[in-house]
Amino acid sequence: MTSYLLRHLQVLFYSLGQLTRTPFASLVTVAVIGISLALPAGLYVLLDNMQRVSGAWDGAAQLSVFLKRDVSERAGLALAQKIRARPEIASVHYISREAALAEFKRLSGFGAALNALDGNPLPAVLAIRPSSAHADAATLDKLGKDLQAMHEVEQVQLDLDWIKRLNAIIELAQRGVWLLATVLALALTLIVGNTIRLAVLSRRTEIEIIKLVGGTDAFIRRPFLYSGLLQGLGGALLAWALLALVLALLAAPVQNLAALYGSRFELHGLDGQAGLVLLALGALLGWLGSRLAVGRHLRAIEPG
Amino acid sequence: MIQLSNVCKRYPGGYDALKNVSLTLADGEMAFLTGHSGAGKSTLLKLIALIERVTSGQIMVNNKNLARLARRRIPYFRRGIGVVFQDNKLLFDRTVFDNVALPLVVCGVPHKEIARRVRAALDKVGLLAKEKMRPITLSGGEQQRLGIARAVVNKPPLLLADEPTGNLDPELSNQIIDLFHDFNRHGVGVLIATHDLRHIERLKLRRLTLKDGAIVQDSAA
Repeated sequence: MTSYLLRHLQVLFYSLGQLTRTPFASLVTVAVIGISLALPAGLYVLLDNMQRVSGAWDGAAQLSVFLKRDVSERAGLALAQKIRARPEIASVHYISREAALAEFKRLSGFGAALNALDGNPLPAVLAIRPSSAHADAATLDKLGKDLQAMHEVEQVQLDLDWIKRLNAIIELAQRGVWLLATVLALALTLIVGNTIRLAVLSRRTEIEIIKLVGGTDAFIRRPFLYSGLLQGLGGALLAWALLALVLALLAAPVQNLAALYGSRFELHGLDGQAGLVLLALGALLGWLGSRLAVGRHLRAIEPG
Repeated sequence: MIQLSNVCKRYPGGYDALKNVSLTLADGEMAFLTGHSGAGKSTLLKLIALIERVTSGQIMVNNKNLARLARRRIPYFRRGIGVVFQDNKLLFDRTVFDNVALPLVVCGVPHKEIARRVRAALDKVGLLAKEKMRPITLSGGEQQRLGIARAVVNKPPLLLADEPTGNLDPELSNQIIDLFHDFNRHGVGVLIATHDLRHIERLKLRRLTLKDGAIVQDSAA
C-alpha cells in the first residue's frame, strides 16, 4: 500500500516536471481554464451577495395587523402578548388607536381635516416583525393566515410580493449560472482533452516503447491523468485569485454605494468551502478531460 | 518455449509475409533465424512478441496461446519476453540507467531493487561506467548493448533479437552474439534473426532458414 502511494507520488512529481518543461503551453492551458472557471464562479459570488442583500431586507418584512375597533386596549395588549409567545415572532409592537391617530396626524399632514371628525377612525395596530430565521415567504404567508383567523383581527397586511419577485429573479439567475457553468465545464473538459491529446501524440515513441517492455495502459495513462488534474487544479487556483482580485478592485466603490444607501453592506468573496469546491471541480474536470483524451488515443498507438 | 503451428500472416493489401510456418523452440534453446531481407524474419519475431497478430494458425509462447490472449493481458505477456530491436528503440531523453530501468519500473519493482538489477544488467554488457550518460552519446555498439541490457534486466525466460548486429563491425558483432550465447548458457531461450551467417558457422547452433515466408531449412547444430 505504501509503495503504491509512493509510486503515485512519484508520478505526480514526474507530471509536474513534465509541465514545467513546456512552461508556455502549460501556462496558456492553465490561464484558459482559470478564466473559464472564473466566469461562473464570479456569477456565483455575485448571486451570493445579492442574496445577502435581500436577506437583510427579508428581516425587515413586517406584518401589520389591524384590530377590530371594538377591541379594547387591554385586550389588544393581551393579544400582543399572546402573539409574542409564538416561536417565529421577533417582536410585537402595539400601537393604540390614539397613538395611531397621533402618528397619522404628524406624518400625513391631514391633521386639520382629522380634527373635523368627531371620532377616531383609525384601528389599533400590531406591528409584528418575524424572526429572521422564519422570514421566508411560505412561513410569513402561514403566519398571516393564522393571524387573520383570530377573532380580534380585522385585517392582516403583509407585503411579500416584492420579496417573492426578487427571490424569483435570483432563482432564475441561479439557474442561468448553473447552465453557464455546465457549458463551460464541457468546454474545459475539451480544452484539457486537447492539450493532453497533443501531449500523448508528442510522446508517441515513448508510449510505444513502454508498451513493448510490458507497460499497462494504466501505467501509461497515469502521468497524463496527473498532468490533466494538475492543470485543472492550477486553473481553479488562478480563477480563485482572479476573483479575489476583481473583488478587491470592486470593494471600495461598492462600499461607497452602500454608504449612500445608509447600509454597511460589504462584498463577500468565495468562502473557504466554496473555494475548495472550485478547486475540486477544476481538478476533476482536468482529470476527466485527460481521461477521455488518453483513453481514445492510447489504443491507437501500438508498436509496429 | 515457442511453438508455431501452420502460421500464416497476410498484411493488408494481400502480401503474404509468412506461409504455413510450423516450428518449435524448446525451453532454453538458442537458434538463429536466417534468410534474405523480406523473407519474413521480422514478421515471425513480431508475431511471437504479439506486436502483430497471426492471420491463421496458432502460436504458443511461454505456455500461452496467443490467439486467446486478451488485449489487456498483452503487457503481462510481454514482460516474459526480452526483445532487442534492430533500431534499439531507446529513449533519448532519459539516461542509460533510466532506459534499462524501464521494464522494472512498469512492473512496479521497488526502487532499491531496480538500482541493483539495472547495475547488474549494465555490468553484464559493460556499460556500468556510463549509466548517467544519454544514449545519444554512446557508439552504435554501445547502444546495441544498452538495448540488450534493457531486454534482459527483468530476467525473461525468452529473448528475441532482430538483426542485433546489423550495423556493427565483425569484432563488435561477435561480442554481441557471444553475449546472447552467455545468457543462453544461463537457461534463457534465445531466437536471433540475422542474415550474418558467420555467427552460425562459428557457434554451431540451430539454424532456421526462411525463404519467401516459408521455412526451407531447419538444421540442428
